[in-house]
Amino acid sequence: MIADGVEDEEKWLSAGIAGLQQNAFYMHRALDSNNLKDALKYSAQMLSELRTSRLSPHKYYELYMRAFDELRKLELFFKEETSRGCSIVELYELVQHAGNILPRLYLLCTVGSVYIKSKEAPAKDVLKDLVEMCRGIQHPLRGLFLRSYLSQVSRDKLPDIGSEYEGDADTVMDAVEFVLQNFTEMNKLWVRMQHQGPTREKEKREKERSELRDLVGKNLHVLSQIEGVDLEMYKEIVLPRVLEQVVNCKDELAQYYLMDCIIQVFPDEYHLQTLETLLNACPQLQPSVDVKTVLARLMERLSNYAASGAEVLPEFFQVEAFAKLNNAIGKVIEAQENMPIAGVVTLYASLLTFTLQVHPDRLDYIDQILGACVKKLSGKEKLDDRQATKQIVALLSAPLEKYKDIDTALKLLNYPRVMEYLNARTNKEMANVIIQNIMKNKTCISTAEKVDALFELIKGLIRDLDEDLHDELDEEDFKEEQNSVARLIQMLHSDDPEEMSKIIHTVRKHILTGGRKRLPFTVPPLIFSSLKLVRRLEGQDESVSGNEASTTPKKIFQIVTQIIESLSSIPVPELALGLYLQCAEAANDCDLEPVAYEFFTQAYILYEEEITDSKAQVICIHLIIGTLQRMHVFGVENRDALTHKATGYSAKLLKKPDQCRAVYACSHLFWLDEHDRIRDGERVLLCLKRALRIANAVQQMATATRGSGGSVVLFIEILNKYLYFYEKGVSQITVESIQDLIELIRSEMNGDNASSDPAADAFLASTLRYIQFQKDKGGAVGERYELIKV
Amino acid sequence: MNFIIGAFKPACHISVAFSDAKSRKQVPLKKENGQTVMVPFFRSQENITGKISVEPILGKKVEHNGIKVELLGQIEMYFDKGNFYDFTSLVRELDVPGEIYERKTFPFEFSTVEMPYETYNGVNVRLRYVLKVTISRGYAGSITEYQDFVVRNYSPTPSINNSIKMEVGIEDCLHIEFEYNKSKYHLKDVILGKIYFLLVRIKIKNMDLEIRRRESTGSGPNTHVETETLAKFELMDGAPVRGESIPIRLFLSPYELTPTYRNINNKFSVKYYLNLVLVDEEDRRYFKQQEITMYRLGETS
Repeated sequence: MIADGVEDEEKWLSAGIAGLQQNAFYMHRALDSNNLKDALKYSAQMLSELRTSRLSPHKYYELYMRAFDELRKLELFFKEETSRGCSIVELYELVQHAGNILPRLYLLCTVGSVYIKSKEAPAKDVLKDLVEMCRGIQHPLRGLFLRSYLSQVSRDKLPDIGSEYEGDADTVMDAVEFVLQNFTEMNKLWVRMQHQGPTREKEKREKERSELRDLVGKNLHVLSQIEGVDLEMYKEIVLPRVLEQVVNCKDELAQYYLMDCIIQVFPDEYHLQTLETLLNACPQLQPSVDVKTVLARLMERLSNYAASGAEVLPEFFQVEAFAKLNNAIGKVIEAQENMPIAGVVTLYASLLTFTLQVHPDRLDYIDQILGACVKKLSGKEKLDDRQATKQIVALLSAPLEKYKDIDTALKLLNYPRVMEYLNARTNKEMANVIIQNIMKNKTCISTAEKVDALFELIKGLIRDLDEDLHDELDEEDFKEEQNSVARLIQMLHSDDPEEMSKIIHTVRKHILTGGRKRLPFTVPPLIFSSLKLVRRLEGQDESVSGNEASTTPKKIFQIVTQIIESLSSIPVPELALGLYLQCAEAANDCDLEPVAYEFFTQAYILYEEEITDSKAQVICIHLIIGTLQRMHVFGVENRDALTHKATGYSAKLLKKPDQCRAVYACSHLFWLDEHDRIRDGERVLLCLKRALRIANAVQQMATATRGSGGSVVLFIEILNKYLYFYEKGVSQITVESIQDLIELIRSEMNGDNASSDPAADAFLASTLRYIQFQKDKGGAVGERYELIKV
Repeated sequence: MNFIIGAFKPACHISVAFSDAKSRKQVPLKKENGQTVMVPFFRSQENITGKISVEPILGKKVEHNGIKVELLGQIEMYFDKGNFYDFTSLVRELDVPGEIYERKTFPFEFSTVEMPYETYNGVNVRLRYVLKVTISRGYAGSITEYQDFVVRNYSPTPSINNSIKMEVGIEDCLHIEFEYNKSKYHLKDVILGKIYFLLVRIKIKNMDLEIRRRESTGSGPNTHVETETLAKFELMDGAPVRGESIPIRLFLSPYELTPTYRNINNKFSVKYYLNLVLVDEEDRRYFKQQEITMYRLGETS
């Protein structure tokens, strides 16, 4: 059925084109032989094809364009005809003899165009006549095209200022009047289309109408192009007249399109100066009109205008643009009760963008907007409308982007209140945006209150807001989020230790609510920034920090301890252990032996009680050894106790190679270059020997179980330790022991059941090369190396 | 009669020449046989002067009982064809009975002739003016020759010429108000006006303005009325809505109109009407007819 319709239409169109072409052919012949009478006859017949009612706007346009081209030729002919002495006035009468109105009016417009050009009559009179006569076409489609033709042929002939068709006085007024009238009539026809024909084709008609809208809008464009339309005239005549038409036509499609047209075609400063008029029209539009988009577009334009330069800003202040817009939005929202919440938020978001652009210094305005938004949102459930939440995110992001500073946002009282209305997911998203913003702009948040406010804002990330959602979370995303929170914590900084300590307290308060999943992410950065503070305090003059009793390293260590303890509820002992060790090191730097000892103790307890996985144990023991090695704060007893424990742990590791490596690492605990107190060669040797023993055991086990010798890598590693200590001048490490070891390694490698291991070969070779290198270098060390015979 | 003359060949040749033939305006006139010839045109109370020459053929002599010229104003009804009613008849004797041997010229003059009616060619009636030259002979029968001319009379611009304004309608269906700028138009005039739609409840397709001519002949029970539509001029395309006003501008010059003739010699009348026709989508016609008076305006004014 529908396909038939389309097919038929094609048929009609081609029939129309054929008829048109045939008559155009005869018309051309008449033109060539300068036969005016025939030319008129055939052109009228040609134009009669446009009388069809069977074509859709699209197809009709095709036909119209062909006729249009032909009319151009006819116009040229008319022009020549007048230069040959035919009176244009006569011609103007002659074309009106045509019996059918549509061809008659097309011809009239065509001759009218020549008439104006001839300047035999004032342009305004001809134009007025044409626009009046066009009333005869009441058929919407044909009328629209005819008037569009009129507009087309007249647009370069308007009696505009500076135009050659300019008349004596008030001439621009005539031009404006003409265009306005044509516009009004076209709009009426366009609107009327909606009400003609059967109701069931309503949708189709709407589609067809929107195809035609540019014909109507073109008039507004022409108006905006008239040189003589200055602000005064725009304000007094053009805009009120256009708006009157828009409001009175009571048509949804037209109102929306035309409002948008007005906003787009006229200059920004005009809008600014006529803001009130324009805005007053908005609540008068049909309730179904998408006013919010219209207003949003307007504000967008004004924002861009404001952004174009600072010199235009005073204009905005002068007309109190903000107050007017705010007022208008309020009215529109009030008037359109069932406007979806997304629309409301969109409006506020646009207003906000505008305000940020125009009044960047007026935080109160921004807060006011957010407040209005909150008011609208209040009494509703959390938003689940995707569109609306998207808009809210845009709304909330705008100030951040503008000020590049979270500080400002934190000053906005209503900011967090708006966030309240977001669902958990969006809230999180928004929190992310905030953090990203801080990162990007490297904003430093330096007071505890701000930190508090900030964490309140991003609480979506800090703790679970909605339990059900928890499980759906993507692990990756979660990590990503928490990592950014961690980065944020690092950004918090105050030069004042007192304040910094407050910040730490605040952050702690917030992150402790985060639950077991988050703590592993959030605790370390907090610990580290605390330790940073400790070190800063230590670096400072004692007297300065001394008078502030609350912020001493000790106090901070207390908090830190508590924080780390909070990790105990979650089984992340490795992390806690690492943190304890970090703290111990910090305490070491502060010369707080008991504190450091306590931290070590905690670390050891964790090691003993919590860390059972052997791999983890290996890692931890090395951490412990490494940290302990650097500790210089301990007295002999304490140190002995700790080192003793450490070596003990090392020897108790499950795998022999691990044992071996841990034990030889322990050797470092007894020899510190920079501390004379800790130089115990005996025990170094003891450790190394023990390591050797274990390495031997490993070798034997390998032989026993697999029938071939194990790797000699362990031996070579131990050899390197020997060399290290030998180089340091540990007297207990003798040349002989080194040479024995090398011997041992070689024999092991060349032994019957030795398996070839290129890595080990290379390791040994490079070790030997090192010895050679040291020999060659000479000096004291070189001399010692000379003694080693390889 | 022509047949006989044709058969026996006329004994002489008669021609009529108007004295101001060169300067006088010629207008087309449609003859009975359908041909159009150019003939001079006169107005009432003009002098009609000229010469009539009679030229015998081959040196034959023409014997006659007198030669006369008549100026006839005739009305011919088509249902009574060939029967002319002369409303004007003037005679001038040109020659006393005698013989003509060679070409002879007679001047004639009808001064300030009253010709109140215009030449008219209608559907059922014809009004013509003619000069009839008659050479009376005894046995051979008279020789006659006709010369047509056209009479047109100018009217002054009417002193009272009101516009036609009217509100018409069909209850709850269509209500319009129309206005024509005058009630009397000259032949080259322009009808201006507008139609204002007060109520539209029907789906109008288009609106035309027609010029109709009503010719009535005869009188009493024998009255014949013939109506012709001379012009059909589309005023509006499509359906208007309430409050629309549609302009009218109709140039009359392209149409072959005559002045309004009222009761010409009690024989016939010609009247003109403007007929406003609205056609709806079901091709129903709604119309309103208004008489207008046509008059001929002097060409110079």
